[in-house]
Amino acid sequence: MTELSKTGAAVGEPTDSSPKPSSFLEVRDLKVHFPTDDGLVKSVDGLSFQLEKGKTLGIVGESGSGKSVTSLGIMGLHTAGQYGKRKAQISGEIWLNGTELLSADPDHVRKLRGRDMAMIFQDPLSALHPYYTIGAQIVEAYRIHHDVDKKTARKRAVEMLDRVGIPQPDKRVDSYPHEFSGGMRQRAMIAMSLVNNPELLIADEPTTALDVTVQAQILDLIRDLQKEFGSAVIIITHDLGVVAELADDILVMYGGRCVERGPAEKVFYEPRHPYTWGLLGSMPRLDRDQQERLIPVKGSPPSLINVPSGCAFNPRCPYADVPKDNLTRTVRPELTEVGTKHWAACHMSQEQRERIWTEEIAPKL
Amino acid sequence: MSENAEDKEVKAAGAATLSKDAAPGETLLKVTGLQKHFPIKKGLFQRQVGAVRAVDGLDFEVRSGETLGVVGESGCGKSTMGRLITRLLEPTAGQIEFEGKDITHLGVGGMRPMRRDVQMIFQDPYSSLNPRHTIGTIVGAPFRLQGVEPEGGIKKEVQRLLSVVGLNPEHYNRYPHEFSGGQRQRIGIARALALKPKLVVADEPVSALDVSIQAQVVNLMDDLQEELGLTYVIIAHDLSVVRHVSDRIAVMYLGKIVELADRESLYKAPMHPYTKALMSAVPIPDPRRKNAKSERILLKGDVPSPISPPSGCRFHTRCWKATEICRTTEPALLELKPGQRVACHHPENFEDQAPQDTVLLTAAKEAAELVADEVLAESAETSAAVAAELAEEDTSEESTSEESTSEEATSEASTSETSAPEAAASDESTEETGSQESTDK
Amino acid sequence: MLAYLIRRLFAAIVMLVVIILVVFSIFFLVPKWAGVDIATSFVGKQADPHAVEAVREKLGLSDPIYSQVWHFFKGIFVGRTYAAGGDVTHCAAPCFGYSFRSEQAVWPVLTDRFPVTLGLALGAAVLWLVLGVAAGVLSALKRGSLWDRGAMVVALSGVSLPIYFTGLLSLAIFSYGLNWINGQYVSISDSFSGWLGGMILPWITLAFLYAAMYARITRATMLEILGEDYIRTARAKGLTEPVVIGKHAMRSTMTPILTMLGMDLGALIGGAILTETTFSIPGLGQAVLTAIKNQDLPIILGVTLITSLAVLIANLAVDVLYAVIDPRVRLA
Repeated sequence: MTELSKTGAAVGEPTDSSPKPSSFLEVRDLKVHFPTDDGLVKSVDGLSFQLEKGKTLGIVGESGSGKSVTSLGIMGLHTAGQYGKRKAQISGEIWLNGTELLSADPDHVRKLRGRDMAMIFQDPLSALHPYYTIGAQIVEAYRIHHDVDKKTARKRAVEMLDRVGIPQPDKRVDSYPHEFSGGMRQRAMIAMSLVNNPELLIADEPTTALDVTVQAQILDLIRDLQKEFGSAVIIITHDLGVVAELADDILVMYGGRCVERGPAEKVFYEPRHPYTWGLLGSMPRLDRDQQERLIPVKGSPPSLINVPSGCAFNPRCPYADVPKDNLTRTVRPELTEVGTKHWAACHMSQEQRERIWTEEIAPKL
Repeated sequence: MSENAEDKEVKAAGAATLSKDAAPGETLLKVTGLQKHFPIKKGLFQRQVGAVRAVDGLDFEVRSGETLGVVGESGCGKSTMGRLITRLLEPTAGQIEFEGKDITHLGVGGMRPMRRDVQMIFQDPYSSLNPRHTIGTIVGAPFRLQGVEPEGGIKKEVQRLLSVVGLNPEHYNRYPHEFSGGQRQRIGIARALALKPKLVVADEPVSALDVSIQAQVVNLMDDLQEELGLTYVIIAHDLSVVRHVSDRIAVMYLGKIVELADRESLYKAPMHPYTKALMSAVPIPDPRRKNAKSERILLKGDVPSPISPPSGCRFHTRCWKATEICRTTEPALLELKPGQRVACHHPENFEDQAPQDTVLLTAAKEAAELVADEVLAESAETSAAVAAELAEEDTSEESTSEESTSEEATSEASTSETSAPEAAASDESTEETGSQESTDK
Repeated sequence: MLAYLIRRLFAAIVMLVVIILVVFSIFFLVPKWAGVDIATSFVGKQADPHAVEAVREKLGLSDPIYSQVWHFFKGIFVGRTYAAGGDVTHCAAPCFGYSFRSEQAVWPVLTDRFPVTLGLALGAAVLWLVLGVAAGVLSALKRGSLWDRGAMVVALSGVSLPIYFTGLLSLAIFSYGLNWINGQYVSISDSFSGWLGGMILPWITLAFLYAAMYARITRATMLEILGEDYIRTARAKGLTEPVVIGKHAMRSTMTPILTMLGMDLGALIGGAILTETTFSIPGLGQAVLTAIKNQDLPIILGVTLITSLAVLIANLAVDVLYAVIDPRVRLA
């Protein structure tokens, strides 16, 4: 525990644990653990970051890296649907607009959900209730937080559908989700999440289930809406292209922890963690000339029950033996500042990483 | 490995100039007029009231040793096409020839010898393996089904296959659930390779996998192709993956091929507006291009229903260049440039096929609002340039190949400089430079 | 929507005709093939051959099969006249023939007994729906808790204990032992409170069996629905837990429960044989049991048809409700 709380300090910003952070959203040493029969699944294991209004944070990682659980944790939905199972354990601090959510009254957090913070999910078909009309679902989301009659709420729903680009919104408001196409459903989902002008919008893989031309439309829409509403946005994705489009800051997750965090340009052009290099090398790119060969990361993602000791990435890291004294396998690396507002958790020295990136990795990308 | 990759590049570049002869192999699979309509039944008596025209007239061929990539959005019929050419589905019309033999209507018995030569890899490594069988049984199943006794026995051969795809041969007796997604996809590949097939059809082979694992599987398929001389048809929605793996690429839209070309030509100078829109929609993993909306072509609305596809050119309802002729006349898939077949009346990067028809449809005007002026200007410019070129030179072959090599040169130069800002900047300008150069000529 | 309903109705009618044909052939043809003479059983075993012959002619048993089927059908819709020489009997529509034993017309027997059974079935259905669904939802929400385990054990015993056991036990305890409840059936036209009192134990006994099944189904469905994405969305909107469960999850959970209800209710309206016998309730079930003992084919035939009709109507009602609950069904 002490080691981990130090992590929070190592992250740099507010070193003194001043109760009220200046950031709009600040997550400190967040841990979400799920007890199972096989052991404790440490989905998120000590994550810290902050986000300002009007900015977009991209959380990147592969399946099981803890990126979705993080967002559910912020929303207070990590235990949802866990009836009778051993309850998820959550610790750390989540400050939203000056309120600490984990210690707050659950009913107060519920009132914030949907009003101050809203979420868009990956698959709009399964995320919308199949038995209610789109309009009814948006009206419900509006009326829970606003004391208005159905007529007013319906007007608001039509207005939102219009805003997200659904043609003939006054007719489509009475359609059921299955009568919409995939892209239209995601637009409706966005309309529903934005109906209360939330200050924080979390989009969990919002375009993964969509076709590429529709994805372009939706990303465009999210960008425009953010400008209009000035909300803070967290976009969770495995697609580096999507984060590059939207994010100001990028947080790379691996095995439930942050391995690299910084401004988007830094993470793309001066990445300082071997896993980030691996992600960049694995990805065929349309904007470059044909790569001769992709550079994959060997092996598979770690089990979250038995996270490798030391650096969680060590079994897959080609440079695991660079640091001396078997350090990578015994000591967990802390996030250290490697540039302005740019942190990475790696045992290799700054110079070593800079050299490897510029000489070995970058030329092959 | 890099040698092979270079070979491929040479091959691709060669194909652009020499067209068909450049292919190393002969035509392995030839498809003509392929159709698959799924009937829709409705009403009191379940009469057929229509059909989903999933695949509606495809003509293409797959050459021995190459990789043909098939891209398109959901509902374009690419997966149905895969199931048709492996004869998992019965075609409604058209002909499929494999090694010169008509296999269009072969029954189960007739297809049995064919099954050795044509194998399929599926998208979902979780549901395509029987959870109750050990991987030894799964990978060995093709031998038992076909009654083939490999040298040294089935077990030995299965273990060899497992090591070929990068799995531990000792895991012969394990069950699928003991493997990760990437490993399961390797098992699927091992099974497909068991009988030394000539053609492997892979339907979204990597889309269910994580990025880092995706690259492992892509590289594996690449290596196997080199080693075993396989021919691939790879169906995928991810344009970057398709570009990486394919020699030639077919772009499908609503049951039709709209463009079929060599990889380089298609990505450097797409001729069908849909191809262009599709490629511009792919998010570029480069934050410096953020908000570079000027390059993006946003398409309006959704893909129309394949039950009642639009008349004429199927893309005309969403195309910013659509004119009257697009609504009335279906464009044929013609080889406008060597190695590049396009079905369009007003192709990009080429001479207009119907220059007399200039009045835009209303829908096209709306669609054009979503397309940045730069893109429109550029496309007009390139079309004009190509037209001028054609007027000057008789053999368009030379000029186009020169164009593509000069483009390659510029972009290569930019990547070798590498220090990222310039790379991005010159990347952006690549297309422009390319077109300017061609105007200079 | 309308086309959907018409198609369902059409299918139901076809189904009914098929059922009539099957039932007819079982009851009229099978004895013939087996060498049992229906006319003899109608008259009685020691009847004189003339009487048997007369009955055979009157019932048209020597007619070709198709004409027998035709007369039977006709009888149901327009009535039929039995005539043999001077002996003419008119049987008004709907005519299901005459009991072999009492020589009463079958239809009045059915109409007398049908409301009794209907009362039993509907009363029990309300009870088991309320109890079963409530218990199932609670179990799902408190999965793994003592309540859940307890409720599921009770549910298992409810499913496995036969009615003549639970029924007799409850009679022994509450009626004869504690003397709280009158165990006798009283017609509703005689005394409403008497009827109510007499029905309480049968209702509870019958509902116990079904509530147990419904609790298990509800629990399983509810658990599945609670894992759905749209339930997470409902919570993400900031809805309170009662609304999430009671509105969003319940509506989806009702779908399989309704299907079961349609089947069960239909079958029960045809007669809850065990319950009616145990509690001496003069319903269809009791009638059919007596008829089986007496080989009284026309009664059996009549009750079977009523049962089939009830099942069909109940299923049709479920289909309509389905379309109301799930908008996706309306397209089909």
